Amino acid sequence: MSQVSQSALILLIGAGTTLLVSLAGNALGLVIGTSICLMRLSQARFARAIAIAYVSFFRGVPLLVQLLIVFYFLPAVGLDMPPFVAAIIGLGICSAAYQAEHLRGGFLIIPRGQAEAAHALGYTPTQTRRYILIPQAMRAAAPALVNEIILIVKASSLVSVVGVADLMRVSQNIVARDLRPIIWYAAAALIYFIINVVLARIGQAVEWRLNVGHVKGTL
Amino acid sequence: MDMSLFVRYGPQILVGLKYTVVIWVIGSIFAILLGFLLGFALSFGNRSMALLLRGYVEFFRGTPLLAQLFLLYYGGPSVGITLDASTVGLLGLGLYGSAYFAEIFRAGFASIPRSQFEAAASFGIPKLAQLRYVTLPQIFVLVIPPSTNLLIVLLKDTAVLSILTVPELTFQVTGMTIETFVFIEPFVALAAVYWTLTELVAFLGRRLEVRVGRYLQP
Repeated sequence: MSQVSQSALILLIGAGTTLLVSLAGNALGLVIGTSICLMRLSQARFARAIAIAYVSFFRGVPLLVQLLIVFYFLPAVGLDMPPFVAAIIGLGICSAAYQAEHLRGGFLIIPRGQAEAAHALGYTPTQTRRYILIPQAMRAAAPALVNEIILIVKASSLVSVVGVADLMRVSQNIVARDLRPIIWYAAAALIYFIINVVLARIGQAVEWRLNVGHVKGTL
Repeated sequence: MDMSLFVRYGPQILVGLKYTVVIWVIGSIFAILLGFLLGFALSFGNRSMALLLRGYVEFFRGTPLLAQLFLLYYGGPSVGITLDASTVGLLGLGLYGSAYFAEIFRAGFASIPRSQFEAAASFGIPKLAQLRYVTLPQIFVLVIPPSTNLLIVLLKDTAVLSILTVPELTFQVTGMTIETFVFIEPFVALAAVYWTLTELVAFLGRRLEVRVGRYLQP
């Protein structure tokens, strides 16, 4: 195999890693973000305070610094993980803060009366959340959540710094050998761009799908 | 944890802080000015120009800042653009930010009803005066919240410049950890500094928002 096609193949594998890290980080972020959001909206003052501090901290500190902390903190407490896993955790806890806010926006547009009506009908708080509030909040927050995936794909370029062989890192490696920075960095940028365009399209489809059986202009 | 470490590295950290703030401020001013021009041209320019600028905006918004910086810093010399790391950082941050500011200003211009332009024209108000006295004051109020957000994003993104060896805050602290083998405390302190800065910008943004939006209150 020629050097160039070999490099191109490596680049594509790097793109796969980027996608994997981003999607896994995003999924983790959705799980943590939902919990943070529920804490933020709960009656307990302590839980609320923690959620507010969490969102403020993780949105107020550069992702690179967060990744460095995660990367050095995990081994220090005896959790020796491959950089790949550390990167997913780092992206996840950061993106959770943003997703919590998107979801909160989704919850806030649900009229109060719905929770009260559910209570009157004998739904437990858990059932109310599970069957009434969360589905609607998700639908309202869907566009912002899809946008968040795109942001995470771009932000994931920083995991190259903690040693993950993502698209950015493999393009650096290729350039180090091949000495044609413009071509390979432009190729990497193009792949990021294509991933994001495709994700945006999927986002539109998801949004459309979620709106099925739903009158426009209502919740 | 030995606090004397921070005393010993204090001057170095202050230099880093200075770089971070200066690059952020100048890069942001550049981004706002260029973004305004882009947003204006996207709103009122002819179709082919708008298409070209749309490509610019989509490129800078659709690719990671790090990739853009690498292209400029490592790819630049092979097309005759040789710049030092700090200049690339400043320029890269400015170009990157300008694409986002372009969208903010474009949305601002789009929010002005067309009939206002027609009304101003029928009163014989010159185009420039119309922009200055009719359009801009309204847009100014609208763009402040998203601009504050973007300025915070740009402030955080200055940390990425450490990868290009720009001697800013994150670079200095990373250097310090490598020399001392103390990792956690310096990075946590670094996070605290960024957190303080971003909260400060958010606070100032909210103040400004209230200040310029006062006339909207009943």
